[in-house]
Amino acid sequence: MTCRQGKLRLQKWYITRELVQTVLARKPKMCSFLEWRDLKIVYKRYASLYFCCAIEDQDNELITLEIIHRYVELLDKYFGSVCELDIIFNFEKAYFILDEFLLGGEVQETSKKNVLKAIEQADLLQEKTETISVLSNIKS
Amino acid sequence: MPAVSKGDGMRGLAVFISDIRNCKSKEAEIKRINKELANIRSKFKGDKALDGYSKKKYVCKLLFIFLLGHDIDFGHMEAVNLLSSNKYTEKQIGYLFISVLVNSNSELIRLINNAIKNDLASRNPTFMCLALHCIANVGSREMGEAFAADIPRILVAGDSMDSVKQSAALCLLRLYKASPDLVPMGEWTARVVHLLNDQHMGVVTAAVSLITCLCKKNPDDFKTCVSLAVSRLSRIVSSASTDLQDYTYYFVPAPWLSVKLLRLLQCYPPPEDAAVKGRLVECLETVLNKAQEPPKSKKVQHSNAKNAILFETISLIIHYDSEPNLLVRACNQLGQFLQHRETNLRYLALESMCTLASSEFSHEAVKTHIDTVINALKTERDVSVRQRAADLLYAMCDRSNAKQIVSEMLRYLETADYAIREEIVLKVAILAEKYAVDYSWYVDTILNLIRIAGDYVSEEVWYRVLQIVTNRDDVQGYAAKTVFEALQAPACHENMVKVGGYILGEFGNLIAGDPRSSPPVQFSLLHSKFHLCSVATRALLLSTYIKFINLFPETKATIQGVLRAGSQLRNADVELQQRAVEYLTLSSVASTDVLATVLEEMPPFPERESSILAKLKRKKGPGAGSALDDGRRDPSSNDINGGMEPTPSTVSTPSPSADLLGLRAAPPPAAPPASAGAGNLLVDVFDGPAAQPSLGPTPEEAFLSELEPPAPESPMALLADPAPAAEHPRHLAPPAPSGLSESSQSSDRTWVGQRDSDGALPPPPTAGRMYLFYGNKTSVQFQNFSPTVVHPGDLQTHILSGPLAVQTKRVAAQVDGGAQVQQVLNIECLRDFLTPPLLSVRFRYGGAPQALTLKLPVTINKFFQPTEMAAQDFFQRWKQLSLPQQEAQKIFKANHPMDAEVTKAKLLGFGSALLDNVDPNPENFVGAGIIQTKALQVGCLLRLEPNAQAQMYRLTLRTSKEPVSRHLCELLAQQF
Repeated sequence: MTCRQGKLRLQKWYITRELVQTVLARKPKMCSFLEWRDLKIVYKRYASLYFCCAIEDQDNELITLEIIHRYVELLDKYFGSVCELDIIFNFEKAYFILDEFLLGGEVQETSKKNVLKAIEQADLLQEKTETISVLSNIKS
Repeated sequence: MPAVSKGDGMRGLAVFISDIRNCKSKEAEIKRINKELANIRSKFKGDKALDGYSKKKYVCKLLFIFLLGHDIDFGHMEAVNLLSSNKYTEKQIGYLFISVLVNSNSELIRLINNAIKNDLASRNPTFMCLALHCIANVGSREMGEAFAADIPRILVAGDSMDSVKQSAALCLLRLYKASPDLVPMGEWTARVVHLLNDQHMGVVTAAVSLITCLCKKNPDDFKTCVSLAVSRLSRIVSSASTDLQDYTYYFVPAPWLSVKLLRLLQCYPPPEDAAVKGRLVECLETVLNKAQEPPKSKKVQHSNAKNAILFETISLIIHYDSEPNLLVRACNQLGQFLQHRETNLRYLALESMCTLASSEFSHEAVKTHIDTVINALKTERDVSVRQRAADLLYAMCDRSNAKQIVSEMLRYLETADYAIREEIVLKVAILAEKYAVDYSWYVDTILNLIRIAGDYVSEEVWYRVLQIVTNRDDVQGYAAKTVFEALQAPACHENMVKVGGYILGEFGNLIAGDPRSSPPVQFSLLHSKFHLCSVATRALLLSTYIKFINLFPETKATIQGVLRAGSQLRNADVELQQRAVEYLTLSSVASTDVLATVLEEMPPFPERESSILAKLKRKKGPGAGSALDDGRRDPSSNDINGGMEPTPSTVSTPSPSADLLGLRAAPPPAAPPASAGAGNLLVDVFDGPAAQPSLGPTPEEAFLSELEPPAPESPMALLADPAPAAEHPRHLAPPAPSGLSESSQSSDRTWVGQRDSDGALPPPPTAGRMYLFYGNKTSVQFQNFSPTVVHPGDLQTHILSGPLAVQTKRVAAQVDGGAQVQQVLNIECLRDFLTPPLLSVRFRYGGAPQALTLKLPVTINKFFQPTEMAAQDFFQRWKQLSLPQQEAQKIFKANHPMDAEVTKAKLLGFGSALLDNVDPNPENFVGAGIIQTKALQVGCLLRLEPNAQAQMYRLTLRTSKEPVSRHLCELLAQQF
């Protein structure tokens, strides 16, 4: 995931500076797929952010495009009208959501409900431990 | 209120991020980051133990700094502390840091693996998932070694939660991709296949990915997945758009799972079970039908998801390549997309059609879209789409549309993006060659390529045009005329000069009658380009000039003047200097006859696979040459790509209708047994490291050719004439090159021919006799003429005596001008040997000592005696020779047409007996023989398996002596 100025917001494995420049140089009406080394890049722009996926020759481009969209929907739902700032300040959350949705480069869970349930459970655990630590601080 | 506010307490991190964002310049940002890094370092190193919260905060800051593009080389230990913590929030950040900033420090890995092990055993699903995510994200071999055996157990355990199963499946997939050897197959695989039936769609989704990857290497272990996948797919495809609740995406039921299932099915051939197959075909038809229905939503997500399934369905139909009806429907569907307003769909349709073009069922249907595709090539604004259009034109090309497609691609080349020009050039060159009906069109096309995109015309391309012109005398005159005209352009590309120089040097005489292209005009035209050219091109032009002296005696004085000029004779470049010196001497010393012999027109090139095609394949990876991959095609469907008639085996030059390139059938040698080996000996300019068209380097293995060329100033060189080898069809003649090597070095004093004979007295099987003829082609006597045979010392040679006993009769010490002397060699094989003996010829010519060293065509197989045996005996002996070092095997591409009769003749000529009815496959050849040496007999068994489809052979040799197996295998393989 990268912003319009080419600043990287989130990355996993493949995405490199060189690729970012290639994608940013593309014009709006161009197709969302491009060949890059021996991979195919599928990308989509949402407001100021570009989302890129590197896939292999045999992989399905259109479904990859919808992987990107589903991820954006997940971010949107979790943060509530997500904007670039949410992702900047909570980049670790963006990673956690990504891990629930995609793992090892494959779709793990496509249900929006199930992914968000997993994340919210984790948040709940976090809240619980923090409450305990606050309480223990008060006690001491 | 955004969900994120809950429980998020790292204010320090937020402050730091804000600071960075407020930085006015890059320098300020770096300063702020360095300050923070120093702070974190001191905190981590400090005496005061940090609490979990601070560690978490600092580790997060490091991650953020990393994302800004800075290298982070510390913090790993703190991250490991965090992930070992019992607090979920600390554990999570620790894992994240380790996953993003993978480190190969082994001590660290040991600690991480320990923590992961604890979490996997914790039975806390949230912790287990975190650990699995980390393994999947890192995926290193060390992690594979530590966990590959545990994860299958977690995956199929009855009490694992669904989310854990999902993570375990994909985690295992990642480890398997990284190190397949570490994942043990076993009883669990059957249970994984049954996950396809799982109620939880998420579990199925993850499991399909894993199975798709595993089944590629172990198709049999997983083949029950086919019927399960079909029924799952069928249920999804036929479900209503709301049945699957949260797994429906914009009115499309389970698109990701559908695509994955279709992908899995592409790992297998069509189902054999009629019911399963029927159900599957029904699914595929349903998908094609749905594509015609009006969309349920105007959102692009709806159409993308729907079309993703459609394209995957088409891929499966193409993969099966057995349902003409579905293939044609697929093609029509893609045809609609070719004109769709969505660029993405046009791109994918072009791409997908490319593979459809290679199916015999849909090739014609694809061709109907030619105008749309040409239009796409001209008008698409996106280079990636244009490239797809060019690929498709290449794939749909056949004899019926070649001219149209080639001319469109040529036009496109003028404006094509630089990045793809070379590829287009290669494609045009291949198509023009493959589908040329008249060769003038081919020549025009290649010259146009050079004109339009000379920089992108690689050596392979212009070599090829020379090869074809040389081999086809009906196009030579046209080629000469055309290059002559092309060279008249004020600025012409250097590649044009190369092609022009070569062609005029060979065939300039064919247009010399026209006063506009008289010899002096041809010469001055070429020479006007000389000074602007690179060294390689100038070297080529010098060869053209010397050829001109032979073709056009009237140009001799002018050309000698050019060669004599100080700029040539003292050229700083050794190659140019050598050529100038040698050519000048040659032209002044040699008689017209000698010149004519030395500078004769180049012989036809041996036919073989086009090197252009090989280059395109290299560029594009496998499958790139798909339009030309013939193996796949049924011979009866020849007309798909224009069909090539096989060349009748009696014709030695290709008939006009034959394949130009020899891509399908190269013309076989005229009289197979006599000249079968001759192909090895023809000087082949295209194998040389440097381009030296008329002075090709001699192939390394050529016999009777010089080992060490004489020094540039030496007048001595060798020419060999064909020996009358055919008289003695037994041993030496057929397979081993019979001494027809044409030395193209600078001069022409002697020629050496050889023939072999069993002699008047039948020699023992370990011995043979060879006749050598030395001819003096000059008019001056050779003195102190003394040829001797030596065996080169290789590591196998005994110190005291070589493996061959050679008796020679002395020859007269003087050889008169124009005379010929004969020498008889009696050769006995004492032991097996690998390197052929050398003939060293010394004499004085015009007072100067001369020396030549030549390889004699004596190879170990000359001492081969055929042995007949029954199939049973053969197999018994074959088994006896089963030590790995006793076997030598070679798989190689056919260099000559694969004709069973020729092959038989070659094997017999090699010395082996041919055994019929031994190999169960009648296409294969099996032979046996004994190498007779004085010291020992080496039994040899051989098997040759031709694969006509792939144009390949597999040759297996088993002998009782290891080096012999290898050596015979090498020798014999050269013959095919």
